[in-house]
Amino acid sequence: MSKYLLNKFLFTVDRDPDLVERYRSAPGETVAWWESTMAGEILGCHGGEASTWLSFTDVERDALAAHDYVKLFELGAHPFLTLTLFIALFERDYEEPLAFQKEYAARLSHFSLPYPDIST
Amino acid sequence: MATLAAVIASTHHPFYYKASTAPPEERPPFADAWVAKILAFRETLTRARADVLVMVGSDHFHQLWLDNMPQFLVGKAPFYDANWHNEEREFGLPRMLLRGHEELSSHILRGGLDEGFDLAFSNELRIDHSITCPIITLRPEADLPIVPIYTNIFAPPLPRPGRFVELGHSIRRLIETWPSDLRVAVIGTGHLSLELGGPRQFGPHGPDPEFDRKAVEWIASGDIERALAEVTLDSLWTPGNATHGFMDFMLMMGVAGEGAKADYADSLDLFHTMEAYFTWYPNGVPA
Repeated sequence: MSKYLLNKFLFTVDRDPDLVERYRSAPGETVAWWESTMAGEILGCHGGEASTWLSFTDVERDALAAHDYVKLFELGAHPFLTLTLFIALFERDYEEPLAFQKEYAARLSHFSLPYPDIST
Repeated sequence: MATLAAVIASTHHPFYYKASTAPPEERPPFADAWVAKILAFRETLTRARADVLVMVGSDHFHQLWLDNMPQFLVGKAPFYDANWHNEEREFGLPRMLLRGHEELSSHILRGGLDEGFDLAFSNELRIDHSITCPIITLRPEADLPIVPIYTNIFAPPLPRPGRFVELGHSIRRLIETWPSDLRVAVIGTGHLSLELGGPRQFGPHGPDPEFDRKAVEWIASGDIERALAEVTLDSLWTPGNATHGFMDFMLMMGVAGEGAKADYADSLDLFHTMEAYFTWYPNGVPA
């Protein structure tokens, strides 16, 4: 399991407006592209010094490709990163203020304490 | 020596800027009451006539990331750009530029290291809403130099609550031994009970009103002993999955001191979290 890499995907996509749109419209393609090109980038380092060992599990890759934030919560992705990116992706599709955030909470309502471990 | 002119602890709600600046037809129904609370709170800093602000907050995965995560970090730079793309996008926060106070940063770094805190430092730090929210609420002119101090309340493993209190004690000692005639205010922001990205988020009030009631009482009465007896890294998951931000309030209790009753305490029950505002004047209430 690579919670760190899940978080890195959420973190790097969230801060790039073009990538946010690409992930919204073509999630599977974006996840595959990201894993093959960006997963190993050490942020702030030169491209030639990338990490060589990072990859998603099949479950993680599928959760990202399906925009499945419930599964990401279960897998221990950092909830602040997931929430922030998914607001950017989908809040625009809801008319009422905070309607997406409330639906998000409702879809997680089967979780009780302790929540999945988010330690990396 | 420098004067500790005020100690201020607050929640940092990123919705305030938009709620308070939107045109009347777009203002949420709670905006006027919220603005009134903030204006009264702002007066407590204005009265302190501070020359420099030590600002305690927590980076929300903006500049600090899991490949290189400090527990406590002090900014030492002549300027700090502020607010990030996703804060503009989600909260409408403005870009800002704040002056730094490098001499006080150096003093805190040297003294903190010598007191046993292995502080990280940054010479180029873009700060986020944990520090700009209290600038917007308390000093919207953004004209005073700052020393930002970031804590990790976000990415486990975290320091324990007692360590936050101890750092607060240390920050106070260091300010009071700084050879300067300036007046320093310490402003720190955190959370009461809060859930983000979990099933209890964005409810009709904070996820744990009973925790909020107790927390406000601990802070207002300076009851560090009780707070430390009841709050652990494990226990903080129960009131809400983002409640570890309460440890920044505990740090500020450490700055104010054991048993120090707040000279000003106020709160506001918003729809998904409780706002809370506290000010201490360690050298007496200013005239």
